[in-house]
Amino acid sequence: MKRRVDMRVLLGTYGVVVALVLLVAFGWWRYENFLGMFNVMSVLRYNSMFALVALGMCFVIMTGGIDLSVGSTAALGSVAAALGSHYGIIPGIVGGVGAGLLVGTVNGTLVTRLNIMPFIATLATMLAASGAALLLANNQSVSISYETGFMNLGQGNIWILPIPAVIAALAYVAGSVILNFTSAGRTVLAIGGNEDATNMMGLRTERIKFLTYLASGSLAGLAGVILAAQFGAGQPIEGVGWELFAIAAVVVGGTLLTGGMGSVGTTLAGVLLLGILFNMLNFENGMGWISLSAYWQSVIRGGFLLVVVIIQARLMSKEAKHVTS
Amino acid sequence: MSETLSPASAKTARFFDPLDFLARYGTLVALALLIVFNLIFTRNFATLQTLNVNLTQVCTIVIVAIGMTMVIGTGGIDLSVGSIMAISGALAPLIFLGTIFPVGNIGVSVTLAIAVALLAATLLGLFNGWLVAKMRIQPIIATLVLFIAGRGIAQVLTNGNLQVFRVPEFQWIGLGRPFGIPVQVMIMVVMIVVAAWILRRTVLGRQILATGGNEKAAGLAGIPVDRIKLTVYGISGFCAGVAGLVVIAINSASDANLVGLGMELDAIAAVAVGGTLLVGGKATIIGTLIGALTIQLVRYTLLSNGLPEGAALMVQAAIIAGAVWLQQQGRVR
Amino acid sequence: MADTPLLSMSRVEKRFAGIPALSGASLEILPGEVHALIGQNGAGKSTMIKVLTGYHRRDGGTVTFAGEPFEVHSPHQAQASGISTIYQEINLVPLRSVTENICLGREQRRFGLLDWNAMHREAERLLSTFGIRIDVRRPLMDFNTATQQMVAIARAIGFSARLVIMDEPTSSLDDKEVAVLFRVIRQLKADGVSVIFVSHKLDELYEVCDRVTIMRDGKTVRVADMDKIDKLDLVSAMLGRDVGRSDGHATAFAERQRSAGEIVLQAQNLAAGHAVRDVSFAVKRGEIVGFAGLLGAGRTETARVLFGIDRAQAGSIRMEGQAYDPKSPKDAIGAGLGFVTEDRKLEGIVPELSVAENLTLALFPRISRRGIISERQQRELVESFIKQLGIKCSGPGQKIRELSGGNQQKVLLARWLATHPRLLILDEPTRGIDVGAKGEIQRLIRSLADQGLAVLMISSELEEIVEGADRVFVLREGRTVAELDGEAITEAGVLDAMAHGHSHQIEQVAS
Repeated sequence: MKRRVDMRVLLGTYGVVVALVLLVAFGWWRYENFLGMFNVMSVLRYNSMFALVALGMCFVIMTGGIDLSVGSTAALGSVAAALGSHYGIIPGIVGGVGAGLLVGTVNGTLVTRLNIMPFIATLATMLAASGAALLLANNQSVSISYETGFMNLGQGNIWILPIPAVIAALAYVAGSVILNFTSAGRTVLAIGGNEDATNMMGLRTERIKFLTYLASGSLAGLAGVILAAQFGAGQPIEGVGWELFAIAAVVVGGTLLTGGMGSVGTTLAGVLLLGILFNMLNFENGMGWISLSAYWQSVIRGGFLLVVVIIQARLMSKEAKHVTS
Repeated sequence: MSETLSPASAKTARFFDPLDFLARYGTLVALALLIVFNLIFTRNFATLQTLNVNLTQVCTIVIVAIGMTMVIGTGGIDLSVGSIMAISGALAPLIFLGTIFPVGNIGVSVTLAIAVALLAATLLGLFNGWLVAKMRIQPIIATLVLFIAGRGIAQVLTNGNLQVFRVPEFQWIGLGRPFGIPVQVMIMVVMIVVAAWILRRTVLGRQILATGGNEKAAGLAGIPVDRIKLTVYGISGFCAGVAGLVVIAINSASDANLVGLGMELDAIAAVAVGGTLLVGGKATIIGTLIGALTIQLVRYTLLSNGLPEGAALMVQAAIIAGAVWLQQQGRVR
Repeated sequence: MADTPLLSMSRVEKRFAGIPALSGASLEILPGEVHALIGQNGAGKSTMIKVLTGYHRRDGGTVTFAGEPFEVHSPHQAQASGISTIYQEINLVPLRSVTENICLGREQRRFGLLDWNAMHREAERLLSTFGIRIDVRRPLMDFNTATQQMVAIARAIGFSARLVIMDEPTSSLDDKEVAVLFRVIRQLKADGVSVIFVSHKLDELYEVCDRVTIMRDGKTVRVADMDKIDKLDLVSAMLGRDVGRSDGHATAFAERQRSAGEIVLQAQNLAAGHAVRDVSFAVKRGEIVGFAGLLGAGRTETARVLFGIDRAQAGSIRMEGQAYDPKSPKDAIGAGLGFVTEDRKLEGIVPELSVAENLTLALFPRISRRGIISERQQRELVESFIKQLGIKCSGPGQKIRELSGGNQQKVLLARWLATHPRLLILDEPTRGIDVGAKGEIQRLIRSLADQGLAVLMISSELEEIVEGADRVFVLREGRTVAELDGEAITEAGVLDAMAHGHSHQIEQVAS
């Protein structure tokens, strides 16, 4: 029994961290400049958007739900932020996050009030958000204002650290504190573990679920803000497939897709793991030894997901047997 | 407890229940209203060309949605259909263009290309089924694997390059028009008829619905639940394979980045709007066809009357959420 | 001990869709007592508990708790008022740590954040009052069922419960674990906490309870001190039988027409899980064998082993002389068994399918050629069964969920009859069915046996067992304790075996 538990902890919590460390070590050994300041910072800068989206997704998934709308919400957020940026940094941020909050509110309402399956509800809002982004942007990308300093949110630095990475890091610290040190956070995990029981325990499951969709929406909106700032424009058709990247990162990070078990920190490790894979493929091509096309990244990501999901299923079926016997 | 008063008689006792009526016939009514609206307001609506445009646009969605209907009938879902389309669409030109190995006779190579593409698509579907039935992974997650990896595989196969071709022997399936009817529409009709027949008349059809309707009871009645699941995912893979071939035949090109992109959503939307229960146990192929046509016609109506693409998407979203909500109301009663 | 009761529920009424579930039921719990609440399925005890915990709203009657009128609208409110319930299916979150399961909902904070150290200490302290020391940081699912139950109790105590309701807490515990639970219950009692103990294991009631309330048909039929009521009285009151009373037929079972033939199925010393410990019996051609026993005696579980749903851990089964070890229902169906399950909704009907499709569910391979269903064959078969069994429906195409319970049951019976089984297992064949249809089904079962079918009938209705069965095996806590035959099948005899568990007749089976 002891050994089984250790396996679960090892694979679930530290597996992804160990894999990340190994991958970084391999990169450092193989590629020149892999751990150079420029490469590290650009990896962090680029992946901070995904990190934010994955953080929100992580909370939704821990309740046993799913949010497919994050990609188009980010696109909508980027458009709203670009439009807002002409009035200053704050209006830009408020525009992006506000758009995300709006989508999150719709998701939360559909799921908790109308009892529509999360999968279908967020599928619908995915289309709706993408439609809203196109309408708002008039079917083209919307330039940000270069006078208000808004672009610093994506391209600027604090000391040597990219601002988007700092934002993402702060969000993860906050997320980690909420999950581990507030009753709302523990309730999120309890709902995913056994919603009926959590209800019977007298906890407000519906409200907490609603809040997770709200969080996911607003984080996706924030990712949109960074997207707009980083690329200098609001992109109504960006964000395709982001939701799946986020889901993959969350799962690779050891969070159970059925809910009830998960961690914020390892989700970040999952994001970095998948991001660094992409980075390494670029290096590999740059070395010109073998021509590994960039397209391998999705194959490898899918492979990672497969391995993790099968391990999870195996471990959980053993647990289930243990509980019922 | 009085057992003689069945829910059915209780229901008929009420004269008219608008929600129940909408849940049952809403889609059909919507389709009829749309047609009437277009006949009045949209210019040149009642022409063969409009019909062909709409049918060809909806064709691949319907073909994929047929497999999706069966999967959802067992209570599952298949997110990987778009990626499987991309793989099938990438494989076929590689073979009939002789990229992998040269084949002399164009007839042979086209046949081989179609066969290999469909076989690969079916095998990938079976792989999904294996994850769901044997590894007991939730369908949405199991098929997420191929959703992500599948498009990558297609891109790797073609190195991400656009494969352009002009091979009439192959493109006949997308561009041929015997008797003025597009071949792809014929393929769609044949597949609909076959699938509807399978669901209604064959052992497999009953077993699919029994599995989705009450897996426990089905297992207790000796139905091989695992094998049924494996089969429907295989069928779904096959349908996606066919759709992938049709798409590249129409475009005279195969772009692994784009073939089937977002298809899973269109197909699921068609199935849901068509009245198949998303929790399984009740599935209708004809309903799926009507659902797909309705969504298509809504888009067509909005776009041809000058509304922007964004508005069309938002209306589409409202239709999906509304249909599923109505479906649930119908079941609660 | 104080004489004013802690809880008093009187003349409680509850109707579901006009049908009374409770009519004038009452329950009185003294401070610091362990009170048994017993009754058959449908007697109203779980409705009573759910009314008390605010899960259902009562339609009438009064409830006072700790001297005050008691009005709650959710389990949450009941918990806050000092009433905690521990359900049979333990209602905790297995993936989360022991501490979280104990403290969720009344977390301790420091500077606004959760104070894990204090919470771990609290959890350890609560558990240690029961003499349990475990690593409270580990997920709950790492521990056995008994420990999980202790955690549930610790949670209840943590909410300073004054009344703890335990719904069949011992059903999945082994003897050692039961002993630990009882120690905890005595501890609670010593601390002045009252316990409502729902169980069907009579020995346990006598071991741990002070008083008992017996319910039947939504009414409270008897309240007594445990040491002033004997087991036979208890069981009789529960089943509504006067010991030694005999009257005319209450069921539609006729006398049998033919004598039993050779043995169809014979099971010896079967064991599976906690519920089936040592079960032996045999069923012969043309006879109805009754399985009697209280809830949780292991009757359904035995049937599940026979039908290949669960695997036997020990013992042997022979079907028509051959060794028989089914690994799946498919094996069982192939060997000639049919199983009409207890829960029609959950394990029987496929609600969205038609009568015809439900009826032929186990039969698809036989009415099809190359995978295509023969509509003609199906129609003929279905129509003949509809006529034969008198199934009332608008036609074979009607959805089964629109049928009444009795007619659904007939369809399920037909499902198995159509496979031409040699042994038909019926689990509570007439439960939830109106009187008319009940009689029809009982007559049908008899005529099937007369045609040579071997029938194994599980029933909690005493008349059905006594009047219907040709031979009766009484199960008690997972063991066959008696075999009754012919004249020996009397209500008194069955009750006696259920209450005391005579095993003197069991040797006959093995021979």
